[in-house]
Amino acid sequence: MTTEPGAMGLDVSLQKPSFIAVAMAGKTGPVTIVLLVFVAIWYAGAIWMNSTWEIDRFAKKNIDWTMVQLVSKTMQQERPILPAPHQVLVEMNDTIFLKKITSKRSLVYHSSVTLSSTLLGFVVGGLLGILLAVGIVYNTTLERSLMPWIISSQTIPILAIAPMIIVVLGAIGLKGLVPKAIISMYLCFFPVTIGMVKGLRSPDVLQIDLMRTYNASRWQTFWMLRWPSSMPFLFTSLKVAIAISLVGAIVGELPTGAQAGLGARLLAGSYYGQTIQIWSALVTAAILAASLVILIGWIERYVLKKMGTRP
Amino acid sequence: MSRQFDNFALVALGFVVLALLLPLTAGDSQLGWMDHPAAFSVLLLVGGVSLYTAWKGVHGTGVALLIVGLVFIGVLSAIGLMNDGLAGTASWGFWAYIFSLWALIWRGIAHISNTSTLHKGQRVATSIFIPALFGLWLLFLWEMLCVGFGVPGVLLPPPSAIFLQLISSLDILYADFVQTFMKSVLSGFIMGCGSGFIVAILVDRSPFLKRGLLPLGNMVSALPIVGIAPIMVMWFGFDWQSKAAVVVIMTFFPMLVNTVAGLSAAGKLELELMRSYGAGYWQTLFKLRLHSAMPFIFNALKINSTLALIGAIVAEFFGTPIVGMGFRISTEVGRMNVDMVWAEIFIAALAGSTFYGVMALLERAVTFWHPSYRVKHR
Amino acid sequence: MSQQSPAPEKRTVIETQELEVTFQTADGPVFALSDINLTVSHGDFVSFIGPSGCGKTTLLRAIADLEPLSSGSISVNGATAHESRMARAYGYVFQAPALYPWRTIEKNVTLPLEIMGMGKDERAERSTKYLELVNLAGFENKYPWQLSGGMQQRASLARALCVDPELLLMDEPFGALDEIVRDHLNEQLLRIWRRTEKTIVFVTHSIPEAVFLSTKVVVMSPRPGRIIDVIDCDFPADRSLDIRETPEFLEVAHRVREGLRAGHSYDD
Repeated sequence: MTTEPGAMGLDVSLQKPSFIAVAMAGKTGPVTIVLLVFVAIWYAGAIWMNSTWEIDRFAKKNIDWTMVQLVSKTMQQERPILPAPHQVLVEMNDTIFLKKITSKRSLVYHSSVTLSSTLLGFVVGGLLGILLAVGIVYNTTLERSLMPWIISSQTIPILAIAPMIIVVLGAIGLKGLVPKAIISMYLCFFPVTIGMVKGLRSPDVLQIDLMRTYNASRWQTFWMLRWPSSMPFLFTSLKVAIAISLVGAIVGELPTGAQAGLGARLLAGSYYGQTIQIWSALVTAAILAASLVILIGWIERYVLKKMGTRP
Repeated sequence: MSRQFDNFALVALGFVVLALLLPLTAGDSQLGWMDHPAAFSVLLLVGGVSLYTAWKGVHGTGVALLIVGLVFIGVLSAIGLMNDGLAGTASWGFWAYIFSLWALIWRGIAHISNTSTLHKGQRVATSIFIPALFGLWLLFLWEMLCVGFGVPGVLLPPPSAIFLQLISSLDILYADFVQTFMKSVLSGFIMGCGSGFIVAILVDRSPFLKRGLLPLGNMVSALPIVGIAPIMVMWFGFDWQSKAAVVVIMTFFPMLVNTVAGLSAAGKLELELMRSYGAGYWQTLFKLRLHSAMPFIFNALKINSTLALIGAIVAEFFGTPIVGMGFRISTEVGRMNVDMVWAEIFIAALAGSTFYGVMALLERAVTFWHPSYRVKHR
Repeated sequence: MSQQSPAPEKRTVIETQELEVTFQTADGPVFALSDINLTVSHGDFVSFIGPSGCGKTTLLRAIADLEPLSSGSISVNGATAHESRMARAYGYVFQAPALYPWRTIEKNVTLPLEIMGMGKDERAERSTKYLELVNLAGFENKYPWQLSGGMQQRASLARALCVDPELLLMDEPFGALDEIVRDHLNEQLLRIWRRTEKTIVFVTHSIPEAVFLSTKVVVMSPRPGRIIDVIDCDFPADRSLDIRETPEFLEVAHRVREGLRAGHSYDD
């Protein structure tokens, strides 16, 4: 696995390693440093991209300026080309913790709108995906006729249909949560089906033959062999599914004319040039996505541990 | 000794009987089967074949193909009925007829897909034939449901209307395709994948950076990156450059993560072999590690081919010049011109799957040695 | 490149002095090799035998400069192990063929030549010569995965031979093959050794294989990895597999087995 053969043997010293060395040898240290560098680049980018406008302003007012003045100015613009990280954090603090949850300007409110359709779509789409996978594994005709379509539909930009689903369902009176959830559901169920078909097929011939020597019924083979062995595959595809489900919900909020949700915040921000608002919605969406994936990771670890599999 | 009847054929037979008993149309016209002698004879033929198969079962691919052929005639007669005054007024008799066709074709497909053959050509033919038949059947069903129930075109247009729209507005569709695919997607894809690859080669030399970047890169793939689109539109303007920028960001990380993983995929023995020859870093990279990284790199290229198109289309929802697939979809939806939206989606699907297919073919050619593609020909 | 007929006084090819290799693990240091003093002369066929964990592979890898030493020294042809690796002074055959699946057999065999920067024509010439030597003529344009395990290992032998090294290091090369194929390859290896007059160091855990092939059997024992005994066998150069039934052969094999037992190698 190691790419540097022999490196292990060479670099080992007999001294007790320091705390910093331990942190740097693992993942935490490097990840933190890379993140810090990223934030630094962000700041540098903010200064660089916002400075042109400030220099123009100084020139118009005929003021001599110093570097310090310029830098501090670039961090305080109301509609910067690239807001500095702390501006985004302040905006997020304002709209998450300081506003009432019911307020239209509260990011908690918008997040919950997006989250509810994400989760609804995820649950329904996931269940559908699993059911379809079971059907495909147990029915050759279904497999031969449906599987090629499911695989090739992965290559189609399904998200492009989102506005149509929203508008068409809106025309027949379906508004709000459900149309967005339908988009999320649609996006979710493909990865789950493909992952589960793989997972339900993952037991090898010997294991299946063993069940046959016991004269186990299809049902028993399913619950005792196929279902447990598909669990790692299920969780891998659920992680993909929930991430894509969130994307679906956000994109689903675009065509409705920016009413509620993180997508609406993005769109409204772009209409009015409120860059700080866009960035804070983006960061919130990213945090939401990361937490959802991590949450599924926890559930995965718990379930696999219960089953006695090595995580 | 009880006789085992063929279930699907029995179902088909039942539906033929229902088709005869139930009214063919609803509303004022009150047309019956006797007004459509040609369709009626096909119905009787379907009934007869169902009866025969229910009794005798399906033996041999020839019979299955005959059944499929008969269903095809049935499909034509159903379309004929639609044009003959059933549009919008079709009733249970007609639907029972469709169901009988459905049961019969399912029986035919089931027979073909359960037949195992050793002949390679036949296997390939079936693997194309079955899904194609299934797809055509779905199209037919879609058409019948839309026309038969008189579904308003705004809700769901029938495939025929989409097709007509498609061929009548080929010039617009082509302009959109050039704008979105040739300009935004391709340039973004090449820049994103290229820079991801180069950064991966650089990162690979530092174990520290690898440990720091990989977990983050993996996490990024779960984030809703398309959301960056409004910002890119502000930075790079309305034209294709901003869409290409979104595509670059979306395709960069999958390429980075996969290439870094692929570069450490070379086996221990293979690496030591290089060491035993005293080979340098670049020799090892070019003669060994890049080769064993290829399956990973192509995995990224395939993922990215889909992501790139999604990124470009969604980015166009945030503002474009008046051309482009995403632009067309969002404006035509606004005008309730759903036929055009579906035509555009069809083009997008075609472009997406062709792009993916090209990547998959390239992969086959480059990684022919990989266990999943190996062909033993001694 | 290869030497003329062996000089009457045999030249030393490998010499190790007070060799030690220690691995640092989470549970403290593991002494993989300790106090190894060994001399291999030109034209020898030396086998390292012992149970797993006795350090026989580690010793071979140390000679090949694939494993760093903790103390002591190795000289290969009078130079250090590192210098001789850089000079491509040996050919190494691994437990597995380690052929690159994207290269044809010919391209695999000439890989080391390509790395050395040899011209195309000479490469083709060499590959023809050595593929013939291992009985693989006609398979030049096949891919490794189209060949059987035994054929793959023969191709990897050809790859080691084609740089025409004086020294051949082989790490249980036939360990993954079935016994019938293995016997056959042992005979072929013996034939190649006679014809090319190479020095071969061979790691195995099969007593009959070691005794049949070698001029010297080095018996090793684990914890710490050390040499217990060096047994000379001088069977006629043109021996065949039948020799394994003779009393002389069985006697040497018995001595090897006794040596292994004396080293408490069977404890686990």
